[in-house]
Amino acid sequence: MTERVVAGKEVHFDEQGFMADYTEWDKDVAVELATEIGIDPLTDRHWQVIDFCRSDYEEQGDAPTLRRITTMGGVPTKELYKLFPKGPAKKVAYVAGLKKPSGCI
Amino acid sequence: MFEDKERKLCIICSKGTLDMAYPGLVLANAALMEGIDVIMFFTFWGLDMITDKKMDDLKCTPLANPSMAMPNGMGIPNMMSILPGMTGFATSMMKKEIAKLDFPPVREYLQTVADAGGEMYGCKLSMDMMGLTKNDLFEEVNAVVGAMEFMEMSEDAQIIFI
Repeated sequence: MTERVVAGKEVHFDEQGFMADYTEWDKDVAVELATEIGIDPLTDRHWQVIDFCRSDYEEQGDAPTLRRITTMGGVPTKELYKLFPKGPAKKVAYVAGLKKPSGCI
Repeated sequence: MFEDKERKLCIICSKGTLDMAYPGLVLANAALMEGIDVIMFFTFWGLDMITDKKMDDLKCTPLANPSMAMPNGMGIPNMMSILPGMTGFATSMMKKEIAKLDFPPVREYLQTVADAGGEMYGCKLSMDMMGLTKNDLFEEVNAVVGAMEFMEMSEDAQIIFI
């Protein structure tokens, strides 16, 4: 576990580099994490994905698979890959303050 | 963790049964989700996966497959597997299990791979042999290519043969 300051807050990260405690997340943290990985600015569609992931995580206890995001979160695959290019699965979870997704789909 | 790596994966699909279609689909999609470029090459029976009239109707058979068991774990003897209807039964059983895991049917899975930027190619030799043209294939297939072209496009890629 490592700790660093993100958007003026102390934030903990797990060994894989994802946020260890999703309650430490807020919108400013998301903006800074997104900028770190080259996603800037966050548009309404980005927020739709992030908000869906966080509420799904609260219900399911696991970061949603991309299939869940596309079928239940209302953002089609093509768009998802445009919003979070080159490896959306991990990028979405990272910006949303969730752990690395474990699903295969 | 998110550094831009140039990694390319080529998946050669050579089987047309339902159970052998999924490994290629799962790996292709997983690679794209990870940010890896993907090329799928369909050859021989693997062409069934992208043949418009067949792709929704791939089957699996318990015949000569000792790994395939009933949901309760009981094996299926070959003597039973040859009975009419057994292939249909095994296929519908597998389709149900796949749907339970929220994995899409073949066509939808390939559409996801295409939407995610994956490329798909049919093998020219196999298509000539089976009398197929590009018009017989799933609309998202990029092109029909020969083995030498495949060698060019797979340069520096990791290759998986299924």
